Amino acid sequence: MEHLTAETFDQNARRALSDPVLHGALRHLADNFAERRKVAMGSVDDWEGLREKARAIKQETLLHLDKYLLQFVEKAEKAGVKFHWARDGREACQIVLDLVNERGAKIVVKSKSMATEEIHLNDALEENGIEPVETDLGEWIIQLAGETPSHIVVPAIHKTKAQIADLFVEKVGIDKTGDVDVLTKTARRILRKRFAEAQVGISGVNFGVAETGTILILENEGNIRLTTGLPKTHIAVMGIEKIIPKFADLDVFLKLLPRSGTGQRLTAYQSFITGVKKNADDEGPNEIHIVLMDNGRSRMLAHPVTRQSLACIRCGACLNACPVYQQIGGHAYGSVYPGPIGAVITPQLVGLSKAKQLPYASSLCGACREVCPVKIDIPELLLHLRAEITDGTAGGAAANPERKRKFAESLAFRMYGFAWSGQLSYGLGIKAARIMQKLIVRDGKIGKASGFLAKLLPPLGAWTAWRDAPAVAPKSFREEWRKTLRSNGGN
Amino acid sequence: MKVSLFITCLVDQLCPNVGISTVEVLRRVGCEVVFDERQTCCGQPAFNTGYRKEAQKFAKRFIEIFEESDADAIVSPSGSCAAMVKHFHELFPEDETWRHRAENTAAKTHELGAFLVNVLKIEDVGASSSGRITWHDACHGLRDLGIRDEPRRLLKNVKGVEFVELANADVCCGFGGTFSVKYPEISAGILDNKIEAIENADVRAVISCDSSCLMQIGGRLSRLNSKVRTMHLAEILAAQE
Repeated sequence: MEHLTAETFDQNARRALSDPVLHGALRHLADNFAERRKVAMGSVDDWEGLREKARAIKQETLLHLDKYLLQFVEKAEKAGVKFHWARDGREACQIVLDLVNERGAKIVVKSKSMATEEIHLNDALEENGIEPVETDLGEWIIQLAGETPSHIVVPAIHKTKAQIADLFVEKVGIDKTGDVDVLTKTARRILRKRFAEAQVGISGVNFGVAETGTILILENEGNIRLTTGLPKTHIAVMGIEKIIPKFADLDVFLKLLPRSGTGQRLTAYQSFITGVKKNADDEGPNEIHIVLMDNGRSRMLAHPVTRQSLACIRCGACLNACPVYQQIGGHAYGSVYPGPIGAVITPQLVGLSKAKQLPYASSLCGACREVCPVKIDIPELLLHLRAEITDGTAGGAAANPERKRKFAESLAFRMYGFAWSGQLSYGLGIKAARIMQKLIVRDGKIGKASGFLAKLLPPLGAWTAWRDAPAVAPKSFREEWRKTLRSNGGN
Repeated sequence: MKVSLFITCLVDQLCPNVGISTVEVLRRVGCEVVFDERQTCCGQPAFNTGYRKEAQKFAKRFIEIFEESDADAIVSPSGSCAAMVKHFHELFPEDETWRHRAENTAAKTHELGAFLVNVLKIEDVGASSSGRITWHDACHGLRDLGIRDEPRRLLKNVKGVEFVELANADVCCGFGGTFSVKYPEISAGILDNKIEAIENADVRAVISCDSSCLMQIGGRLSRLNSKVRTMHLAEILAAQE
């Protein structure tokens, strides 16, 4: 299957909007998750206080990330963990590949991890003859279908039950069934076998505790337990921003993350891993490797506004709350990080020129900021990125039509900046509009503009394709004021 | 109390009746109303699209004009434009003097409904109308300014009307400024959820505090030949039927 890119966001979105199956799958997402989240939020005393604490912890950590990272590494190394530093995704993939190859492994099991999705680790492994097996049910379904996740927490949210049933018939060879229990048991039967075959288990990390060198991974299916516990080697890939200073800080995040993500009070499993086993007879892998990955993160760290992006704990609440995401789903964003947080992170990861539509893919309604458990001001970030994009208009490496559109837009805004900021020119502009609109106004409104007119005035065409437009009033407020209102008030 | 009107360009040119109603309501509750005709736009379209230099120009002009009035408050029939004034200080990251002036102007600026309820402590403005009505929370008023209860209290005191909550009152209508024409298909998709809820509410009118949302919602209702009409908060508060 072809993978969409952020560069064609507008086309991706249009295609998503015309997909009735996707619409059906997304339809209940908002209601279900919002409802569950609300109920779960109510089970803690001071939700707002918790959010404030989480924000403060993340801010402190990010301001002194160098210190906390080194502390984390030191503690974990003492417990027997080996560390590898990766500047970018390619380096991270190479490190993992070398580790896997050195152990002669041909099959690796993987637990759901956004960090490994971000660097396209599966592709790198496959290209080198190693078979990665996703073991999270949703991820496994996506892998069977040859697709990418469309949601940070619920990767197969875009698929209906019927589509999944068909996929199992095609790829696994079972008889068609609508019985979810049969489907999950089938997955379990197949995956158990793969766990036994794999020599290496690869996971992500939810939190790395500097104080103790512990990593914590959350899940509901038990597959992470198996991924990190059964194979002889465990490799964890983590972004450098996953650090928190103290073990006690987990109290805050463990209350916030499951409630925000899936509306659970707590996930079914929490794996705390502090180093390798002490005795040879104990359970668990013989070795643990942690790949610490930058991949654009230190760039985000440099500015106080963009730094907020690194506070994200990947709960997915902003996706569920976003009216845009609810319309188009995750794939349209052309990135492993979709939705509002994706619109912010993706351009910073892949470069603004490759994802310049994403910061504009928002009505700035602020629903994301309202639900974010660590209080990231996503609208502020979107506006910051938009300003960076317009600054770069002149010398951008954009494709021609995009550049032309951008030029037209920037010219329009300069003209508006010039004309609208003077009383006289403002008045003249309005008078001109009143005269010209006579051609198109019917019954006091402007209906669907088509053909030549829509080409001449693209925004008018875009607006009136769905909505009637109001006409410029025959008498403006200021004219009314001058004529009657001012004197009527007697002041 | 002396109030300086910040009428917004949308109201000035497309919905002057909203401005007239705003004057009517403010005078009825005893305010002295002034209007500086030099005002044009707060610069939000530029700011939201990423044109900070242009936005800064608008902000400076706005601040200069409104500083000259000796009014006690700046009142606007738009939560979104009032919220933009609260953003002005972000446009002067390295200029303390202007930042200070921006903050002073912002502190005096209020959306109409919030001004009536929170500053004047008035919840009944002596309005009367008829029929079932509902309320759409415009996002910037709701989430940037924290206005939720104020308009509801005002509407519940309008004699003769029946107020009902909209199922998705606090969900975006899909307008989003230039978003509505940059991604019209997405904007319209979001809008249709709003329209569905409005039709299900079986109301005569949907009311909000922002002409931009009302243009979006009203434009679609009109296209679909709906019987429901849009009304600005100022218009229903001015009504004495």
